[in-house]
Amino acid sequence: MKKNGSFYIWLTGCMMALSVLLVSGLIGLVMYYGFATFWQKDVALVQLKNNSYIIGEIKKKEINFNNDLTVQLKTGNRDFYGVDFRWIKDSEIQSISYDKEILHIERDEWGSFYGYPKSFEHKDKKITYNKNNKNEFYNLINSSLKDKSSIAKKINVINKKIGEINFKLSELEKEKRVLSRVNLNENKITKLDEKKLKLLNSYKIEEKKLFENIQILNSTKLVVSDIEGATKLLTLVNIIRFNLPNELTLRGKISLYLSKIWEFLSDKPRESNTEGGVFPAIFGTILMVLIMSIAVLPLGVIAAVYLNEYAKQGKTVALIRICVNNLAGVPSIVFGVFGLGFFIYGIGGSIDTLFYQDNLPSPTYGTGGILWASLTLALLTVPVVIVATEESLNAVSKGIRDGSLALGATKWETLRNIIIPTSLPGILTGLILAISRATGEVAPLMITGVVKLAPSMPLDGYFPYLHLERKFMHLGFHIYDVGFQSPNSEAALPMVFSTALLLILIVIVLNSSAILIRNRLKLKHKG
Amino acid sequence: MSKGIEIRNLNLSYGSSKALNDISLDIKEKQVTAFIGPSGCGKSTLLRCINRLNDLIDSVTMDGEIKIDGIDINSTGYDVTTLRRNVGMVFQKSNPFPMSIYENIAYGLKIGGEQNKGKIDHVVEESLKQAALWEEVKNRLNDSAFGLSGGQQQRLCIARAIAIEPTVLLMDEPCSALDPVATAKIEELITTLKDDFTIVIVTHNMQQASRVSDYTAFLFLGDLIEYDETKKIFLNPGKQQTNDYISGRFG
Repeated sequence: MKKNGSFYIWLTGCMMALSVLLVSGLIGLVMYYGFATFWQKDVALVQLKNNSYIIGEIKKKEINFNNDLTVQLKTGNRDFYGVDFRWIKDSEIQSISYDKEILHIERDEWGSFYGYPKSFEHKDKKITYNKNNKNEFYNLINSSLKDKSSIAKKINVINKKIGEINFKLSELEKEKRVLSRVNLNENKITKLDEKKLKLLNSYKIEEKKLFENIQILNSTKLVVSDIEGATKLLTLVNIIRFNLPNELTLRGKISLYLSKIWEFLSDKPRESNTEGGVFPAIFGTILMVLIMSIAVLPLGVIAAVYLNEYAKQGKTVALIRICVNNLAGVPSIVFGVFGLGFFIYGIGGSIDTLFYQDNLPSPTYGTGGILWASLTLALLTVPVVIVATEESLNAVSKGIRDGSLALGATKWETLRNIIIPTSLPGILTGLILAISRATGEVAPLMITGVVKLAPSMPLDGYFPYLHLERKFMHLGFHIYDVGFQSPNSEAALPMVFSTALLLILIVIVLNSSAILIRNRLKLKHKG
Repeated sequence: MSKGIEIRNLNLSYGSSKALNDISLDIKEKQVTAFIGPSGCGKSTLLRCINRLNDLIDSVTMDGEIKIDGIDINSTGYDVTTLRRNVGMVFQKSNPFPMSIYENIAYGLKIGGEQNKGKIDHVVEESLKQAALWEEVKNRLNDSAFGLSGGQQQRLCIARAIAIEPTVLLMDEPCSALDPVATAKIEELITTLKDDFTIVIVTHNMQQASRVSDYTAFLFLGDLIEYDETKKIFLNPGKQQTNDYISGRFG
């Protein structure tokens, strides 16, 4: 068997199968839990043997250290019980039923609520819940939620206005500071003060409108109670969405599932990132990778062209090549520290003293931001691009080079017209590898500009639109933060899987688009 | 001013190993001159001296003189790209660029600064006709050059070389990778091209040298053993070594 080599064929085949198994196992696990996050399970009404009741979603069953079979219930109602989850011994359970009356509310704080409705008050209409007016009761809540979304739109507009006023105010302050520093021009300063007063007035008007709208939301009151009869008053502000989980049809569940996925992709996070969406993190991740690509591609390609085409091959170049290769193995956190020292404190600090004097002592570029994080990652991935580019430049046959030179082309013309276009697919392969590495990297970002919750996105409607100095959110860091820095990590667990799945999907999308471009180029250069 | 290529006392070495030893010969204008000799005798090296393609190799040292139409091509004031536009080259292995057939031929013109589309179209057609390829490719000028057969690719390279109107055409074993049919086509082409170009061809194939060339130089281990009219070399060689090589006793 050894002699004819079939042993080695088996060995290589087994190793390949093992790798495929590991990868598909990982992706399968992440996909299973990631997709399960948004599915509304039935909510159980558990009767215990001591005749008390618990409401909750059955999460899993496990045999604990005492060899008892225990059941984990997601009971929600953190404001009532202090925790989201409870472990119950299977032996204590008398019966499990699925009561159709159970109400599930997603709230803006304290997590989910599971329990029963009591009464609802909306625009001087008040109804007390009983089984006969169930439809009327929930229809009223639904219509008030519709009102809420229109009011929320108004609030958004007002918030935007307030944001603009704040922006103008800070600009005024800056102007004033500059003026008072340079010379005392009383006239101008009084003019500025007048402007400021106007702005403050309009601010007050907007603020009043805002409070009025919030007042409307707060005037709509829903009283609910948990299984033990403890009541809680919720206003429209608190209610994100509600459903009757045990009454949902399959269709209802699917549409709820899709709307929750949409919320996840398009909304901001809530409840210290454990609920809501991850849109700012998706946006931050993609923007960062794009800026990194813009930085790393010319840097790596030009360096590789010099190394491979122009530099005199000798000991120095060999040494540089070894250094570049070793750079790819330096721990990423070291790059982070370098980015902090060089980009943020060094370059950023100088930019601040030169151009943003007015803002000091609060830093503009002298603190972590998306530009510095992207450049740090560009530095981290530049060896990959250099190596890939050099390889593909080397692969261009000598015949083609000589052919071009023999036609009277200079070395640069040959490079530009023949060699670089021919090796472009290889260069793009390097970029793909760089993107994959950069998208998954977290450690260096933590000290160069990633935050748990960014107040504003790096791209918005205010001049100059792209704010490269701003801090940003990132999916990789989001996973770390939600999974390991959250006070309620058990409740956040599904989010970790969903975010991980999303990150993997983004890497796949970025990669496949780069591969697509590469293949088109390959075709083009074949004619 | 003398026409043709004048080579005087040319010495060349790669590092410490000598490749060409005091070579002197005159290549006549608008004639086909063949360099023959066993492998490693320096014939390709000599050929590449004529368009200074050896410049690219760091370890090469060279002295002596090469004049084309009376101009010293190694003088400091002489631009190497001008030289190479004047001295076209066809390589042993066909080396079309990874572009369309049209682009391959237009490349040299574009490098030379030609922008007039009509002029380029015209030159592409004329060169392809001159290289006897036009009829075969006229309907697929925008297809990849890699889609052509080996012989067609080699003729494309010839068309590419003559498109920029050089006076000298160097051919480094242009048929060594081709089958007899394609070889015959190229040989036929060479005889028609010599009306317009001074052709220098390196070949291993002695029948080919006797068929296509007017003059033949026999090189051996870096020395020019004999250089004369082809008829004379093949029918009545002046040196024993030449006679041995031609009659197949070695090499």
